Amino acid sequence: MENIIKIENLNFYYGNFLALKNINMDIYKNKITAFIGPSGCGKSTLLRTLNRMNDFIENIKVEGNIYFKGQNIYSKEVDPVELRRRIGMVFQKPNPFPKTIYENIVYGLRKNGVNKKEILDEVVERTLKAVALYDEVKDKIYKSALELSGGQQQRLCIARAIAMQPEVVLMDEPTSALDPISTLKIEELLLELKKDYTIIIVTHSMQQAARISDWTAFFLNGELIEYDTTENIFENPRDKRTEDYITGRFG
Amino acid sequence: MDITKRRKFKNRIFHVLTFLCTLFGVIILSVLLFSILSKGIKWLSLNFLTNFPSRFPKKAGIYPALLGSLWLIFLTAIISFPIGIGTALYLEEYAKESKFTDFIKLNIANLAGVPAIIYGMLGLTIFVRLLGFGRSIISGALTMSLLILPTIIISSQEALKSVPDSLKQASYALGTTKWQTITGVVLPYALPGILTGTILSISRALGEAAPLIVVGAFAYVSFIPKTPFDQFTVLPIQIFNWASMPKKEFQNVAAAGIIVLLIILLGINSIAIILRNKYQIRIKD
Ligand SMILES: Nc1ncnc2c1ncn2[C@@H]1O[C@H](COP(=O)(O)OP(=O)(O)O)[C@@H](O)[C@H]1O
Ligand SMILES: [Mg+2]
Repeated sequence: MENIIKIENLNFYYGNFLALKNINMDIYKNKITAFIGPSGCGKSTLLRTLNRMNDFIENIKVEGNIYFKGQNIYSKEVDPVELRRRIGMVFQKPNPFPKTIYENIVYGLRKNGVNKKEILDEVVERTLKAVALYDEVKDKIYKSALELSGGQQQRLCIARAIAMQPEVVLMDEPTSALDPISTLKIEELLLELKKDYTIIIVTHSMQQAARISDWTAFFLNGELIEYDTTENIFENPRDKRTEDYITGRFG
Repeated sequence: MDITKRRKFKNRIFHVLTFLCTLFGVIILSVLLFSILSKGIKWLSLNFLTNFPSRFPKKAGIYPALLGSLWLIFLTAIISFPIGIGTALYLEEYAKESKFTDFIKLNIANLAGVPAIIYGMLGLTIFVRLLGFGRSIISGALTMSLLILPTIIISSQEALKSVPDSLKQASYALGTTKWQTITGVVLPYALPGILTGTILSISRALGEAAPLIVVGAFAYVSFIPKTPFDQFTVLPIQIFNWASMPKKEFQNVAAAGIIVLLIILLGINSIAIILRNKYQIRIKD
């Protein structure tokens, strides 16, 4: 199995607070990896170290190494802007720009100098189809994205992320603000997308992790307690704490 | 029981009191408007707009003052707008939190409270004398820019602060630089707010006379300003000049001038309101 990201001895500090403690793990290509654990255990923090979105927070410190396709992403040669083009992100709350659906999708491309109409048109159609939104919105592509429902907005945000053709897509509880039907649609979508992308998803819902992910990592207080195939985590967890958490016996 | 009654009574009293306060303002304003309209409306005509001032009330016109005011607000706008927005962008998006930036922010707020006449003195010293621009439109416009910059900066800062962090994050996560995020998300979102603040400050510049008198706008101008380095007068000064004339009829000419000034002010303020409503972006929660 090919790993696309390798995390080595990672410590992460907010000021003096150690939020991630000596994390070691590999993320496998074209798989869905789920991060689970009680809130505050560091899932989002870890996710955001992978595309360096934590760089915007003052007083942070990163120790250890994260390799993306063999290159250390915290080394001086790596431009975080370039990195974020290759590792996309979808946020917890849908955050479409107050622009048209079309402009939302092509935003990243335009900012990277792609302006040819034929190319942009093609990307809009392809990504909307990829997120199963095309039929619902094909008549209002030039209308404001804010007119869409929450579930549609989140699928648009996924379309916007994959328009950049990233290799990895990070998702931070992408369905926690959505109704069950929209959630289901997005889950189906992710299973479809993993053919082309590597997906890392933070989720609050263990059912969701069990339904869609190939690998599951369980975190507690900034530590990676157990990381294994989803099947093993849910059927035979090795650590007592993992078992307590997935059986809901966690206090 | 008793307490509830008393509370209700108190509530009613305040209701009535605040209503009276509002009424007071509205009445005073109506009386003022009525007296100006009744005096000035008959004197308004195309000739009034295109004539030069004159010793004869019937012939007196507002043309040079009108052009002077338009020149002044145009120049003031193109000077203060970029500097104001630039400063606000720096303070909100680039400057790191520090004692120094706090100090600057505090002092911009203080500058907004400095009396206009002080800006006039500053303008006289720096633009008229030191830089040698003389008693010209450009000196006036630079002075006015200083006067309204603090307000523009503060209102632009407010507009920039209102840009949701989630949108900036979305932009960065798509592999954009800070500047691309500013032009792509931050400015479009904040622009209506920035424009509203700016336009309202410009309308303040239009009504000010004191600093321009200090900088040396002329009370009587019998030519048309053609370049920024020409001498000039503006509407409020021309109006003040007419109002202080002994001839009774000049009071009416002044009133007509006030109507012109009010129409321009209302026009500018409506532009601000239209801009705000048209581009106001509502983000669903
Ligand atoms: N910007 C921040 N500054 C300081 N501490 C933070 C910040 N963001 C998160 N933390 C802390 O780091 C820990 C991990 O947070 P987070 O990664 O958001 O957890 P999770 O996503 O698992 O709920 C928490 O204790 C949280 O309070
Ligand atoms: Mg989180």
